[in-house]
Amino acid sequence: MATEPADTSADKIRCDACPVMCYIKPGAAGACDRYANHDGELVRVDPHVILQRTVSHGGRLVPFQAIGDWDGKILQGSSTIITAIGAGTTYPDYKPAPFIVSSEVDGVDMVTVVTEGIFSYCGVKVKIDTDRYLGPETATVRAAGEAVGHVTTSEYGSQMLSLGGVHHLTGGSKKEGRVTCDTLMDLSNCKAVELTIDGGSTVVVQAGHAPIVNGVREERMRVGCGSATIGMFAKQWQGKIDEVVVVDDHITGVLSEHQAGKLLDIPDTGIKMKGRRSTPGRYFQVAEPGTGWGGTNISDPLAILGPFDPKTARPGTTLLMVSTTGEHAAYYELDDGLRPIEKEMPASLKQSVERIQENCEPALCTVLFMAGAGGSLRAGVTENPVRLTRSIKDALTRVTSGGAPVYVWPGGGITYMVDVTLMPANAFGYVPTPALVAPIEFTLKLSDYAALGGHMDHVRPLSSIRDNAEIRQRPRTLPEQRG
Amino acid sequence: MIRQPQIALLADGLRLHLQDGPIDLIIEARGDDSDVRIAYRAAARRFTGLLDELCAELTDLRKAAEPARCALQGVVARRMHAAVVPFAADCFITPMAAVAGAVAEEILGAMCEAARLDRAYVNNGGDIALHLARGAEFRIGLMDRPDRDGVLRTLTIEADDPIRGVATSGRHGRSFSLGIADAVTVLARTASQADAAATIIANAVDLPGHPAIERCPANELQPDSDLGARLVTREVGELSNRDIARALEAGARQARRLLAAGLIEAAVLRLSGEIATIGTTETGLLRSRIGGGRALESSIHV
Repeated sequence: MATEPADTSADKIRCDACPVMCYIKPGAAGACDRYANHDGELVRVDPHVILQRTVSHGGRLVPFQAIGDWDGKILQGSSTIITAIGAGTTYPDYKPAPFIVSSEVDGVDMVTVVTEGIFSYCGVKVKIDTDRYLGPETATVRAAGEAVGHVTTSEYGSQMLSLGGVHHLTGGSKKEGRVTCDTLMDLSNCKAVELTIDGGSTVVVQAGHAPIVNGVREERMRVGCGSATIGMFAKQWQGKIDEVVVVDDHITGVLSEHQAGKLLDIPDTGIKMKGRRSTPGRYFQVAEPGTGWGGTNISDPLAILGPFDPKTARPGTTLLMVSTTGEHAAYYELDDGLRPIEKEMPASLKQSVERIQENCEPALCTVLFMAGAGGSLRAGVTENPVRLTRSIKDALTRVTSGGAPVYVWPGGGITYMVDVTLMPANAFGYVPTPALVAPIEFTLKLSDYAALGGHMDHVRPLSSIRDNAEIRQRPRTLPEQRG
Repeated sequence: MIRQPQIALLADGLRLHLQDGPIDLIIEARGDDSDVRIAYRAAARRFTGLLDELCAELTDLRKAAEPARCALQGVVARRMHAAVVPFAADCFITPMAAVAGAVAEEILGAMCEAARLDRAYVNNGGDIALHLARGAEFRIGLMDRPDRDGVLRTLTIEADDPIRGVATSGRHGRSFSLGIADAVTVLARTASQADAAATIIANAVDLPGHPAIERCPANELQPDSDLGARLVTREVGELSNRDIARALEAGARQARRLLAAGLIEAAVLRLSGEIATIGTTETGLLRSRIGGGRALESSIHV
């Protein structure tokens, strides 16, 4: 009866949150109703206790922003995390934050200081999973023709944009500021935005979605650079093919010359690569960057090969050329003149190309909103602003944005980053300054709040907000911007 | 990191909330402030590690109870076994059928041992252990469906009544039911006995083979359910009045047997808006104290 099911098929999860160790099927919850299997991932379905929660009834399921878009109510349902979205604020923050909420959690009086921050020092960091060439580093990124940011240093398998910031928001023309503000707000609210890079590509960016580069949807992130791909698959190619070139704008790999090939005693093939040799079997700059094979500008891979060395090369030598994502691949055999002639690819090699594709993760755009809450916003929280900063550094105060966890950058001020996809829909707004309005919450013990000079006379019990179910106009000034 | 249960007073400052894994207790004690404090501390102390204690024997607790012997070690596990043993000869039942009541009893016991209380309850998701000192009483609300708000009727339990346990079982709760009852509430001498009996009676409220009842193997829903591949009720469609009466009568027969055997003091069975009450005439309890009048008009007295 109680025999443990023998199959531990991947769809079921063994929950390790408590010693009951429930097996949970997809879509089902464990014995506690607190942890559930959501598409193979263990998720917690009641609100986390670090934030406020209704404790008058334990164990009730409380989805976070469960249904649709936010309707303007400050609190939804009977038990929810209070976020700052729609709390409203003034600038400069000479008066206490709109809501300073106390609720009882684990016998400790907790307060959540809820405000919406107006950030002119803010922007988004965009990570675009693609090897395709988007534009040179530091090139200007434009939206609707206005400069809104620039291309910054790329990351492994991804191109990076840095958008917004005070320079574009308030330092340029009025139009530049407005377009920048719209761009930031739309990206932060997970909407699609078309960006054009000077001297580069046009890319449609939407948080949580695949990038579209020059009209082509990017499907996959490369498995690694060309050299890494050789290292990963050398063994699988051994015996099936004489030579493999993995075409990559960054480092193109060549099997027979590569350390991985040497270790497998793969003989020389007399291949000659264009580009600059880094170390054996690894070549930089085999072509110009572009949107062709492996992030280069080439459409014919043979363009990166020189003539084969007649001293080593033999007719009939087989050659696979493949891009780092497996998206492009071609098979050749050397003819009597040692010229590679394209042939139908054998099934075993097709399989290896599919294996490369399989190992590529789906390409995504991800958007981190980044802002500094160092200024007068803090005065809305406490009469002695620097104490709030210190309290955050001391980890006494937890910062969240729309209920989502944030990373607080070390050093001075309260500069934080948050993944916009973790925030409720339409969490961001703007003011005509122009500046972005983003939710920010500081949660700390009531006693700590008093100690840092909190507005104790403005602390309201949670019930007082819940009962009157206030509905506030969201601070979005352009109706067509609403999702 | 050692897993610690959640221990907190509720917002009213009076009730204690203890939670660990699937166990969720609401506790209230009345008495001198210092006694209440001591009792709560005792409850929290006993609660800490209790789940681990149970889980150490979880595999055995999920097996059909053997009527003749009990190989279980833990005091709560043994109480669970004792509560289901009277049913084990006649049907499949595992000690898990009494886990909620047995835990409630254990925590209440720790509280009453540590302090002198006027009255106290430990409510483990609707399975409740009661303590009543002389002269004290509890008013208990009966709900027809655990997943919905709304009190069907209230009943009062006095110190002189033999009842110290209340439990409700049915197809809407967290556990699976083999039957179709919306709710079966049982009053018994202990919470663990009430818990086990409510399960048995709720399972008996049934219409085997009825086309309007959708059933599914328990282990398809919860792979490690103690019910294995037994069919549990998922949905109950439209039932005729005759069907409802027939199903309730099947449950009532079981309840009368348990009453005669001294295993329960009273039971209230509910299905599709109809009610059957057992034990009213014998104890006089439900007849005299359940809110009567119009609400009783639709009930079926058996």
